[in-house]
Amino acid sequence: MDQSKSSEINLEVIRRHFPALDQKVHGEKLVYLDSAATTQKPLEVIEAVDSVYRQDCANVHRGVHTLSERATARYEDVRNKVAKFLGTEESREVVFTRGVTEAMNLLANSLGSGDHALVPGDEIVIGTLDHHANIVPWQMLCENNGTVLKVIPCDDQGELVLSELDSLVTDRTKVVSIGHVSNAIGTVNDIDRIFAAAKKVGAVTILDAAQSAPHMSINPLDIGCDFLTFSGHKTYGPTGAGVLWGKLEKLEKLPPWQGGGDMIKTVSFDRSSYAEVPWKFEAGTPDIAAVIGMGAGLDFLDNVGRSHVKAHEDALLESMESKLRNIEGVRVVGEPLKRSCCISFTLDGIHPHDAATIMDQSGVAIRAGHHCAMPLMKRLGLPATIRASVGMHNGEDDIDALVDSIKAVREIFA
Amino acid sequence: MNDLRELYQELIIDHSRSPRNHGKLPHSNLEARGHNPLCGDEIDMEVLRNDDGVLESIGFTATACAICTASASIMTETLKGKEEKIAREIFAEFHAKVTGEDSVSYPDELMKLEVFTGVKDYPSRVKCATLAWHTLIQALSGDSREASTE
Repeated sequence: MDQSKSSEINLEVIRRHFPALDQKVHGEKLVYLDSAATTQKPLEVIEAVDSVYRQDCANVHRGVHTLSERATARYEDVRNKVAKFLGTEESREVVFTRGVTEAMNLLANSLGSGDHALVPGDEIVIGTLDHHANIVPWQMLCENNGTVLKVIPCDDQGELVLSELDSLVTDRTKVVSIGHVSNAIGTVNDIDRIFAAAKKVGAVTILDAAQSAPHMSINPLDIGCDFLTFSGHKTYGPTGAGVLWGKLEKLEKLPPWQGGGDMIKTVSFDRSSYAEVPWKFEAGTPDIAAVIGMGAGLDFLDNVGRSHVKAHEDALLESMESKLRNIEGVRVVGEPLKRSCCISFTLDGIHPHDAATIMDQSGVAIRAGHHCAMPLMKRLGLPATIRASVGMHNGEDDIDALVDSIKAVREIFA
Repeated sequence: MNDLRELYQELIIDHSRSPRNHGKLPHSNLEARGHNPLCGDEIDMEVLRNDDGVLESIGFTATACAICTASASIMTETLKGKEEKIAREIFAEFHAKVTGEDSVSYPDELMKLEVFTGVKDYPSRVKCATLAWHTLIQALSGDSREASTE
């Protein structure tokens, strides 16, 4: 497939790459609007994983036999793919994790230990829009070492209140960690402004790109952050692999987190010395096939072209929002200045879980719930919402099916 | 959509819109809170159990989906005035039916519970139908921990 030369997404071609889309659910054509939870996998990814187990199944970094050499070469080559995907050049800045959650736990643990560890009274700033992966690891760190968590508030439109930055980001602030795009309501945060405030006070800057990586370019050098995390399973790769990107000198200063095989240089019972970056952060046997599959997913995404994907998805979200707002009883949650990824909404008098069950009966897969962002839901005064999120394979026909399924819900509750 | 209309039939819609025994009881001696962390459903259950072990009053407040609210409403109607021992037996029967372990029909006086049997085909919703019951059992057991579907 060569989408890169075309000016727009060819849906018919793209959909042929996703075998799971070609099925019926409860007798209806599957309409997958839950890419924010995990994307469907293209054939290229499925085949990459399959070929690892069929031909190159061996452990990495420890065998001299041919299969291990091949597995290691394919695994390590994904670092180059990730660097290229990010628009950076240094593959040693790419640490493989299980996903964003593990990357954030790694950061919280490693920033909280070693010679440069955060000390009691140091402050960590996050945002009300953040999902649990960018909340709970910091809370655990605060409980352990007396650091303090500060949260940028959110207004009724679903925008972070950046006028509060000056009072929140101070000399005590040592870490500013922020989600790029809200997984719950789709707000694209003004990270330039947030990181500018962080840099003014010399804080470590972390971008959680879980929900932006599949939809837009995320060059950490342009953004100017110290660390960036994303999950491979949201960028069309398998579950089980993700990335912590960090500036080389920052990663070198950071102590390792988990100990074990593969992350060491030498081990004796007196003490052990650690491997170089990035391997010192990768203890034990990784999910080799998932990492290789993640590389295939990133290739696929870039082959289609992220600028095409973004233009296509932005237009879809705009159309979806206007169609949703035209249905009686639908309330779209938030009205962010810039939106990506998804739209959240509620139906008057109908609980999102009832709606989700009925919509599933029409073949429409959406998410209902708190979207792993309970503090945000509390702020918005909602126990749950219905979230429709888009991927590159979605089209206007999917939005029409969504609208029809909402009408079916309203009929049952009429 | 036919199966679904069977699940979301009039009785469930009616009880979710106008739940019976909803609100705080003037007098109660047992209480518990139930929470389904998966979907955020929350129920507060209050019971007045007399010295003979009869559940004289049962009241609840809920922020929950239609199936959970209707289940709580119909449960309170069904169990009010019954002995605790009988209530627990009915719960065992209800649980077996909604999880598909038992397909024998209810006796006539419990036929209203039959509307929930359809959730056995929707595994993610079984917890919605059982949360009120778990919470009631928690209250009867004098266990102050939050009841959970997990």
